[in-house]
Amino acid sequence: MIEHVAYETSIPGGGHWSLRLRRGTALRMTDVEGGANVGMVMFNPESLLERYNAPDTLKGQHTFKLTRGHCLYSDMGRTMASIMEDSVGWHETVCGNSHADQVAQRWGKRDYQNDRNDWHQNGTDAFLVELAKYGLGRADLPANINWFSRVFTDAEGNMQLDESNSASGSQVTLRFDMDVLVMLHTCPHPLSRAESYPARPVHVEIGLAAPMRDDDICLNHCEENARAFRNNALYYLGAERGCL
Amino acid sequence: MIVESKLDPTQAGFRQTVDAGDYFIKVLNQGQTLRILDLEGNQAADTLFFSAADPSERYSAMDTLREQGNVYLTAGSRLRSNLNRVMLDVVADTCGRHDTLGGACATESNTVRYDLEKRCMHACRDSWMLAVAEHPEFGIAKKDIGHNINFFMNVPVTEQGGLTFEDGISAPGKYVELTACMDVVVLISNCPQLNNPCNGYNPTPIEVLIWD
Repeated sequence: MIEHVAYETSIPGGGHWSLRLRRGTALRMTDVEGGANVGMVMFNPESLLERYNAPDTLKGQHTFKLTRGHCLYSDMGRTMASIMEDSVGWHETVCGNSHADQVAQRWGKRDYQNDRNDWHQNGTDAFLVELAKYGLGRADLPANINWFSRVFTDAEGNMQLDESNSASGSQVTLRFDMDVLVMLHTCPHPLSRAESYPARPVHVEIGLAAPMRDDDICLNHCEENARAFRNNALYYLGAERGCL
Repeated sequence: MIVESKLDPTQAGFRQTVDAGDYFIKVLNQGQTLRILDLEGNQAADTLFFSAADPSERYSAMDTLREQGNVYLTAGSRLRSNLNRVMLDVVADTCGRHDTLGGACATESNTVRYDLEKRCMHACRDSWMLAVAEHPEFGIAKKDIGHNINFFMNVPVTEQGGLTFEDGISAPGKYVELTACMDVVVLISNCPQLNNPCNGYNPTPIEVLIWD
């Protein structure tokens, strides 16, 4: 899926990062030790008001979970990214992020003085730091994806986190269908009840995506995805000829 | 959970009918109780709440669902903000289940869900955009529009991870009631959607009532 890996890095547990990636690039995340969680949101760098939209993504594809074949929609009817490969089978996008007080209560407060970079960072503050770098704030934070985390429901709608969802070596690969500003963190899932702060590293590979073909898994997943790709094509009409 | 209200509609300090395709925006003060009444049944009321003091604090579907450990809203649900603070309590509900996963219809998402040529059909987000344009006094803009509640809408989640839009479980006269735990701005789009069963393909009026 990734034709040429141009950049590799490892994000330690409790870390965060943001970067702009162009349409046609791909990003693969690997859960190095098992039990990782990656919070992620995406913005259109040309208009930061266009964002990943979890409700549109779920209802458009009639799914509660995210896995291979699904597109990640923006609020403007476009696909920001496609899930091209997934060895996990279920990632959730409804539980949001941990807050500082919750992390402190479960595992002790964030304390750089004593813990240095092994501090207990929380997902909300991790995103607020990245958002602020682009002039964004808490109002701009949409529902995020929690990669590698499975939250399932019973017949009454009661939710539960599957703490053994992702094994060591699990991978998920995204192809970006638009230019995107990606923000991610590796803070614990907000429902994690691990005994100690689960600082799980994630390996990241970034490169060029294989060109899209007519039998593309995400394009053909459902009619909704095909229409989202048509909206993308209109958005980028002329780009191949250099009409920037 | 079905919980009936003891409040008397004739004693309400405020009553307003909101037609399908229209918006409603108003401050609800701490301690006041809001009832949204499904007058003709099977309607969807797409609703957002903001802190009246600072609209960057707003209703958060994620915080609400995670903290209650359940994907549906009903009596007993505590509606939380993006700061994980309780904004309102659902104190009565004769419908039994409300959705907050399905989001609102928008002209853009309609092109994806139904047809590229349905982009000009009226949608909830357009009602909200008009509301914030006509009411700058609330300080709300597009960036503040988060993920809403769909009162009266039925969006079952399956144990296998599916999500479906089903015929509403609401009926004429069903209502939901919320008591504000802080001063909030209520922003409702009475859903104009004609393309799915969330409102029985026939959008109808709702009534909003407020008691002190």
